Amino acid sequence: MSFPILSIITFLPFVAAVVMLLMPADRKTEVRGVALATAAIDLLLSAWVYAQYLLGGMTGYQFIEQYRWLPALGINLKFGVDGMSAPLVLLTGIVMFTGVLISWGDYDEAHHISAGIQDRPREFFSFLFLLAGGVFGVFVSLDLFMLFFFYEIAVFPMYLLIAIWGWVKTREYAAMKLTLYLFIGSVVALVGALAMYWTQYTNTGVLSFDMIQMESANFSSSFQYIWFLPVFLGFAVLGGIWPFHNWSPDGHVAAPTAVSMFHAGVLMKLGAFAALRVGIMLLPEGAKQWSWLIMIFAGIAVVYGAFIAFVQTDLKYMIGFSSVSHMGLVVLGVSTLNHNGLVGAGVQMFSHGVMTALFFAVTGMIYDRSHTRQIPELGGMMKALPFAGIGFIIGGLVSMGMPGFSGFVAEFPIFMGVWGRQWLVAVIASISIIITAAYIMIAIRRVFFGPMPEKLEGHISPITALDKLAIFTLCSCMVIIGIFPAVMVPMVERGVENILRLLGGA
Amino acid sequence: MDFLTSHLLSLILFVPAISALILFFLPSGELKLLRWFAFGASLIPFALTLIVWKNFDPNQTGFQFQEIYPWYEALHSSLHLGVDGISVSMVLLTTLLTPLAILASFSVTDRVKPYMMLFLFLETGMLGVFMALDLLIFFVFWEIGLVPMYFLINQWGSANKDYASLKFMIYTMGGSLGLLLGIQMLGVLFGTYDLVALYDRWNALDAGSILLGMPVHTVKTIAFWAFTIAFAIKVPIWPFHTWLPDAHTEAPTAGSMLLAGVLLKLGAYGFLRIVLPFYPLEAKIFAGALAFLAVAAIVFGAFAAFGQTDFKRLVAYSSINHMGFVVLGIAAAGLAAGTSDAHIAMSGAVLQMFNHGLSAAGMFFLVGVIYERTHTRNLEEFGGLFPLVPVYGGILIFMSMASLGLPGLNGFVSEFLVVRGAYPVLTVYTAIAMLGLLFTGAYILKGIAKVLHGPENEHWAHGEHKLTEINTREIFVVVPLMVLILVIGLWPAWILEVINKAVVALF
Amino acid sequence: MFTSLMFTSILPEILILTLAVILLCVEPFWKEEERRNAGWLTAGGLFLIIIVSLLFGRPGEPVSMLGGMIRFDWLGFFFKILFMFAAAATALLLMDHEKAGRRGEAYILLLASLLGMNLMAVSADLIMLYLSIETASIPLYILAGFLLTDDRSTEAGFKYLLFGTLTSTIMLYGFSLIFGFAGTTNIYQLSQLFAVGDISTLLAFSIFALVIVGIGFKLAIVPLQFWAPDVYEGSPTPVAGFLSTASKAAGFAVIVRFFFIAFPDFSTSWTVVLAALAAITMTVGNLLAISQTNVKRLLAYSSIAHAGYALIGVVAFSQLGAASVVFYLAAYIATNLLAFGVVMAFSRVTGLEDIKDYAGLSRRNPWLALMMLAAFLSLAGMPPFGGFVAKVFVFAAGVQAGYTWLVIVGILNSIIGVYYYLNAMKYVYLYRMPAEDEEKHPVPLTRPYAIALGVLVIGVILVGTVFAPWFSWSDAAALNLF
Repeated sequence: MSFPILSIITFLPFVAAVVMLLMPADRKTEVRGVALATAAIDLLLSAWVYAQYLLGGMTGYQFIEQYRWLPALGINLKFGVDGMSAPLVLLTGIVMFTGVLISWGDYDEAHHISAGIQDRPREFFSFLFLLAGGVFGVFVSLDLFMLFFFYEIAVFPMYLLIAIWGWVKTREYAAMKLTLYLFIGSVVALVGALAMYWTQYTNTGVLSFDMIQMESANFSSSFQYIWFLPVFLGFAVLGGIWPFHNWSPDGHVAAPTAVSMFHAGVLMKLGAFAALRVGIMLLPEGAKQWSWLIMIFAGIAVVYGAFIAFVQTDLKYMIGFSSVSHMGLVVLGVSTLNHNGLVGAGVQMFSHGVMTALFFAVTGMIYDRSHTRQIPELGGMMKALPFAGIGFIIGGLVSMGMPGFSGFVAEFPIFMGVWGRQWLVAVIASISIIITAAYIMIAIRRVFFGPMPEKLEGHISPITALDKLAIFTLCSCMVIIGIFPAVMVPMVERGVENILRLLGGA
Repeated sequence: MDFLTSHLLSLILFVPAISALILFFLPSGELKLLRWFAFGASLIPFALTLIVWKNFDPNQTGFQFQEIYPWYEALHSSLHLGVDGISVSMVLLTTLLTPLAILASFSVTDRVKPYMMLFLFLETGMLGVFMALDLLIFFVFWEIGLVPMYFLINQWGSANKDYASLKFMIYTMGGSLGLLLGIQMLGVLFGTYDLVALYDRWNALDAGSILLGMPVHTVKTIAFWAFTIAFAIKVPIWPFHTWLPDAHTEAPTAGSMLLAGVLLKLGAYGFLRIVLPFYPLEAKIFAGALAFLAVAAIVFGAFAAFGQTDFKRLVAYSSINHMGFVVLGIAAAGLAAGTSDAHIAMSGAVLQMFNHGLSAAGMFFLVGVIYERTHTRNLEEFGGLFPLVPVYGGILIFMSMASLGLPGLNGFVSEFLVVRGAYPVLTVYTAIAMLGLLFTGAYILKGIAKVLHGPENEHWAHGEHKLTEINTREIFVVVPLMVLILVIGLWPAWILEVINKAVVALF
Repeated sequence: MFTSLMFTSILPEILILTLAVILLCVEPFWKEEERRNAGWLTAGGLFLIIIVSLLFGRPGEPVSMLGGMIRFDWLGFFFKILFMFAAAATALLLMDHEKAGRRGEAYILLLASLLGMNLMAVSADLIMLYLSIETASIPLYILAGFLLTDDRSTEAGFKYLLFGTLTSTIMLYGFSLIFGFAGTTNIYQLSQLFAVGDISTLLAFSIFALVIVGIGFKLAIVPLQFWAPDVYEGSPTPVAGFLSTASKAAGFAVIVRFFFIAFPDFSTSWTVVLAALAAITMTVGNLLAISQTNVKRLLAYSSIAHAGYALIGVVAFSQLGAASVVFYLAAYIATNLLAFGVVMAFSRVTGLEDIKDYAGLSRRNPWLALMMLAAFLSLAGMPPFGGFVAKVFVFAAGVQAGYTWLVIVGILNSIIGVYYYLNAMKYVYLYRMPAEDEEKHPVPLTRPYAIALGVLVIGVILVGTVFAPWFSWSDAAALNLF
């Protein structure tokens, strides 16, 4: 067996979480150092996996590792990545790294700014890393049981992270709402997964949670028809699919910056990814039968999310609803079940992850300094925080699907895919592009330009070098993919080929 | 040298963008350095364009200087560049106007670096549209041009900039939505975005076949209108024009120059490059409607211009008026495709695009010159300036005459061609358009009268309000325009030949 | 005819008895303040017994021993290990109990009860079963009412006694009916005597009903749950922990052996009854838990609900079902003991038991807070803690057996569970003490607590991550039922 790189990527955060917990509570800098070092290592390793997969021309599942876990029930610790999940592993590495960077923060005496995490950083980082480990685990798991295992691990730290370090006004409500929504979704999907497990046993006599094996489990058409929706929607709740999106904006708003980044950047992808991997890849017939409904849901999410985002005055709510809209595009792409749509969905997952992490990072920086997120109460930030402003503008352009940035590379094929299925949906969903452009442009103008409100004058201290590094990392991803789609698209295509094969070359 | 000749177009396209990136790393405080660097950087594409122009063979049909690089292979889209007679003249216009616009912006002192960067990015965006031989790339650059313009208006514009810039953004985004959907439909149907390939395959479609569950005819009609509206907003054609006066009025001087000089041409160019070749049948069917809109633009544009008291708004409405002739030419060409009338009208339209680019840029610049000194654009506050600024006055009259269509200057040539080509096929509309020309004369003369004529203006003659003469830098901006206007007016053959041959080959 | 196997089969019980006797002899020689050491002795002794049993007392092929009174198999053995583990942890937790910790009787009663439970797990005869249930129960009655000066404790002991004797009498009546019809009290012979058609369904149902009343009392399933909150609240916390874990698990040991072995042919009848009870138990337990303000009452209701989850595995009536029940109980014992241990450690210092009193705990003792988090998340069924895997196995067995509706009820219930467990954790992590001066009010852990809680939390995580060994033992235990 070769170097177990995926296991290391997955378990390193857990180890780091434990190590940090064991450190004395008052050694804040050391705790942060451990966190940053771990995140950097994970980022490098995931980038390495990504590069290997892309440049090595790999197809199918690669870097496979398998450890017997519970042979009696066919549970194995089986890891591997394909063209769909490798970008998401990289995304997680990026978000984790930047999330730690912007949470570093020390108390700024001169400006009374407490950027980053001051209160119990030890617990914060270790919960965050539990979350990160869980997320990595889901992306690399090729075993359905392990997928659920990591999926749940990724859910519960969210509660604590939001409830403890979140925005005082709504954190309890939002954290509980989020946790319950996600838990309901995942256990509903779990029932479906167990049904699949036993049906496979009945059909083939194989007792296994191995997803590659399940691909050939010969689920009957009627079985797939019944179980597709619970499985797909159960996961898609975490993807913020309409009408189960309600938890998401509240969660974004209440969460501390790094958690918002994780939440929107990675966790929502978790839902979409798991829905794709379990729902569509294992129940392709069901997917074909139900894709019309998913498409309607996604279409509504895209337009509705954009409209709601348009009327928000709270910056974070605006971004939260824009995430609903953009994740709607991911699901829309998935629901087309064709090459273009799936490729677009795969790229959009990455693109949206980076973009929204950037948005939340910048919003957090502004909030730390101004103590408000109300768009009308802000202004003139460009002069005070030019770097953050440029970052936000680039994020905004990605969000609008502006060519030259990753958003376009992702959204264009999605719309093409929808054309291939139902042109009317493409036309309706495209309305969201204009609305998005409108609210993004208005927000940029109000927050970053124009005069700065008097009470903020002098309170806006410059951002730190770490913040800048985070913004730069995120921005460069979006620009590079936008200009050279070839750094990601061929890889996603290889993943999509596999899905299309399962769908019978549809 | 081989590299240079084989990558001419991509160099022209990307030199501005790369220069913008270099600009980013220059010190923000060194205004002089930033300005001259930007100016120098924008001269490189101009020089390269001259090489292209020199080596361009008008007798050869099809696209020249083609370059093709893989870009988005999953969608079978590649960076395919190339120019024909129409686009090469547009490229020339763009690379000419950009240095002039940058030179005109030397008076900008607020955040020079981002300002210059945006201009250079804008140039790349515009050039990309003219060079693209791939629909997806076409769209990419189409959109890229939008962003710098938005920020230029929004950040360096005058009082009502927020409203104007958002309106500009939303209108053009709305328009490009149609473009996006139309392009996607073509892409889905044919699996390629390459224009050259699409030209062949699209028109070879069997009329009876079913696409996306609809008859070909319906699909084509939908796509035709999607494209048409997108381009119509950009041109802009009445009644989609309302963003334009606001955007022009609020934009900084150089922004207006490029907006009127080049950006408006993007829409017209879209008609030529996409709508007419792809939808000859629809273009014929709907030519009447298009002509109606064109005439409406000419007449209403002129009326509206006449009614303005804001100098810049007057010039802005004149753009609507002039672009109406371009559209009229396109409509006529669509209706009479294949005939010599069509070729004449079309050549006229393309030349009109070029000419309007020169004169509108000049007019906006001249408005900017006086605005910088007086900080007002209200025509009521002017009058009697001729004695104060005779050189400026002379230039203004020259430009206005070019705009008016005075024989011997460029506007006359192109408008004459359009009318000549359109008259046999769209007689009534053309006749009305001719009447519109009358109002063109009216508002231009009104503008001149209101600004220059009358008794010497006491307010601007003395003291702190004393109006200064146009300076050397500004003369350098406007002189190339004047020279070209005169040259085309007297000897249009050098450019008309290039355009005409391309038009004949295409239609 | 004595064989060494006879000795091996009851090796742990002999050792427990020896330990109790040693304790009884040593204790009078200790001074008042030294008597706490009885806890060390008990826990250490039980630890040794576990090791010795694992080394020398392992069962081979299942056999009936001692005149058919007991069954020497993996099922009983695994349960015994669990009980002894639970008793050892309870002994540690009892040590620093202000009133009970320094009295040797408490430990001796604990051992006596443990003895009864061990025998419950292996009883193969109705008479033996009844005796062992009483052996396990009577010391617990006393332990529940151990704090004579505390009214609540006295009330708890008395209540427990009354209900306990009443229900066991009812169960005894059921046993007598069985004997009357079958002419034997041996569980392993009953299945041949009771074939479908031999007795009327009505009679079978009445037998089940009577037996379920008795065992259901131990399990605290609805409608026999109402004693549990009051008793848990009143009795010394470690005893409540023991009641809610080992005692409950012993009930499950009995129920699987009794129904699986004696009445396999009637499975359609009793699974329906138990399925209904499971659904009601989960739902009532969870719904009532939501509104609780006292931690011990909250845990009482939650443990009622957990009996309901575990019953899903019984209802499945399959090897996986039985294995999942055993696994579930293993995870549950560690988890719930951990929860009660944390409560004990907290109330020992503060004397408070309301959920709101836990405000600021994460600042007063971050370790205790983390352990509480682990316990509650495990109860809620979140990985990487034991509760998650256990629930998945039970649900998997339910789906396999076609009880999808019951699994869905279970899932809805676990969502309610997530809600109130997290709600409690909110106080620990989110809220602060009124004066925000947590540093001045630390909650120190004494060594026995540190050891017990440390072992338990590691256990909870081990069960939840490296679950293969535990599952294979559970599976081996389940194999003995078929």
